[in-house]
Amino acid sequence: MIPALKIENLSKVYDNDFEALKGISLSVEQGDFFALLGPNGAGKSTTIGIICSLVAKSAGKISVFGVDIDKDFPAAKRHIGIVPQEFNFNQFEKGLDIVINQAGYYGLAPGLARERAEKYLRELGLWEQRDIPARMLSGGMKRRLMIARSLVHEPQLLILDEPSAGVDIEMRRSMWDFLRRINAQGTTIILTTHYLEEAEALCRHIAIINHGKIVENTSMKQLLRQLDREVFILDCLEELPEIITIEGFSTHRVDDHTLEVEVQKGQHLNPVFTALEAAGIHISSMRNRANRLEEMFVNLVEGAA
Amino acid sequence: MIAREQYEAFMTIVRKEIKRYLRIWTQTLLPSAITMSLYFVIFGTLIGSRIGEMGGFTYMEFVVPGLIMMAIVTNSYSNVVSSFFGSKFSGSVEELLVSPVSNVVILMGYVVGGVSRGLLVAVVVTLVSLFFTDLTVHSYFIVVVVVLMTSTLFALAGFINAVYANSFDDISIIPTFVLTPLIYLGGVFYSMDLLPEFWANVSKLNPLVYVVNAFRYGVLGVSDVSLPVAFGMIIIFTTLAFGYSMHLLNSGKRLRQ
Repeated sequence: MIPALKIENLSKVYDNDFEALKGISLSVEQGDFFALLGPNGAGKSTTIGIICSLVAKSAGKISVFGVDIDKDFPAAKRHIGIVPQEFNFNQFEKGLDIVINQAGYYGLAPGLARERAEKYLRELGLWEQRDIPARMLSGGMKRRLMIARSLVHEPQLLILDEPSAGVDIEMRRSMWDFLRRINAQGTTIILTTHYLEEAEALCRHIAIINHGKIVENTSMKQLLRQLDREVFILDCLEELPEIITIEGFSTHRVDDHTLEVEVQKGQHLNPVFTALEAAGIHISSMRNRANRLEEMFVNLVEGAA
Repeated sequence: MIAREQYEAFMTIVRKEIKRYLRIWTQTLLPSAITMSLYFVIFGTLIGSRIGEMGGFTYMEFVVPGLIMMAIVTNSYSNVVSSFFGSKFSGSVEELLVSPVSNVVILMGYVVGGVSRGLLVAVVVTLVSLFFTDLTVHSYFIVVVVVLMTSTLFALAGFINAVYANSFDDISIIPTFVLTPLIYLGGVFYSMDLLPEFWANVSKLNPLVYVVNAFRYGVLGVSDVSLPVAFGMIIIFTTLAFGYSMHLLNSGKRLRQ
């Protein structure tokens, strides 16, 4: 199957001689939910900018659904919907006008443009706010407006640059549900994010970029399998002793009722429960630390530095 | 992108532009009507009555075509420069740049938006002028052609200014320090015959001389420069401005990184 996005040896040197991309190669399969991670200045936004023609590449090749951008960029652009990190619409225009205009830029006739605008504004919960100038919308609404705008020409590849920036938890969850739904319907999604939890919750494949190079490109499952240790947080019913030792495990007493246990790859948790049971301590709940991917990310990025 | 889709994109830009200047009509249409009324009162009625004839016409009759042209020039220019720079400033120009719409359609969409405002203001100012003088038109064809060509030329100039502008100051510098002097020295208020030969020759470098005189010929049937030369110069200036605007868009200068 033709990949949704194929990047080969992509380089970018800015006018000030800053080398933002150093020959990266990447392939995103059709229907994938793909995360592009990296610290600030790593080259994520440059990569996205080149894909959607806001940045000129220095060298390399990009094809979108088999269409080489050097041969037919307009055809490639028709496959792409882009949700940038910064709000880039006219703040004085109404949300409905913004989406209808974008449809017009993609060649949709006014009737169809309005129909599509209504469809996506409704799906993203913005129909009631359609006649409000964009500047009056909340941050989360503005973000959803940009998603509606990016989808109005029904692209096969949706690229979101930090979609959760400035969005509250409830809004973020409903946006995740929406993205999962359109991905299930066949839209390939690429997102960059600082929230590693978001990448873990949504994405099946992940690439980590640092200093203009891809330092990891694998499936999310494979990446998580590489974790050589994991930290579990145990909530205990009884008060924990000041010093607690479990043979073979490193522990940290967080407070009177919370214990952190570090589990190495290949270890199982049964000895922990046995030891606590013997000490008369019962576990009411257990969870793994949310930043497990974050630790791996930091290791990968620091390792590549 | 097929021709029909390009047409829809073009019409979208034009509709958006017209909607924009109609929404803020007190900033875009009204000032010209008020300013031109003042010009008609001060230069046409109060001072003009003491000046007497110019070029074989009353001063009011002489000055009206130039003032209408002045309104067309400033409005077609300022519409594009403020709208396109505004879209650069807000980032909304990216909506166009990421879409498959061609560069020539982007340019023509903004230019036609500017031309339409120039035409609308021309109608308003002409109606205002009827309160001060009887306007007879020598050639409607020449009037229409000159108005369209002039508004296109200055809409293109506004686009070039907008591409280079980095701040709102930059979009007022050219109109204030270049466009206004060119208009005032372009024969709006006086005949070139009044100038010494040296300054009359220098004036021939000013594109406003050709548009004002070509328009004055269309209205009054008199001109300080020959009509073919005036048309030729407007076409040359317009071609240069169009070519340079397309170069800016194709190279992505100041629009893409």
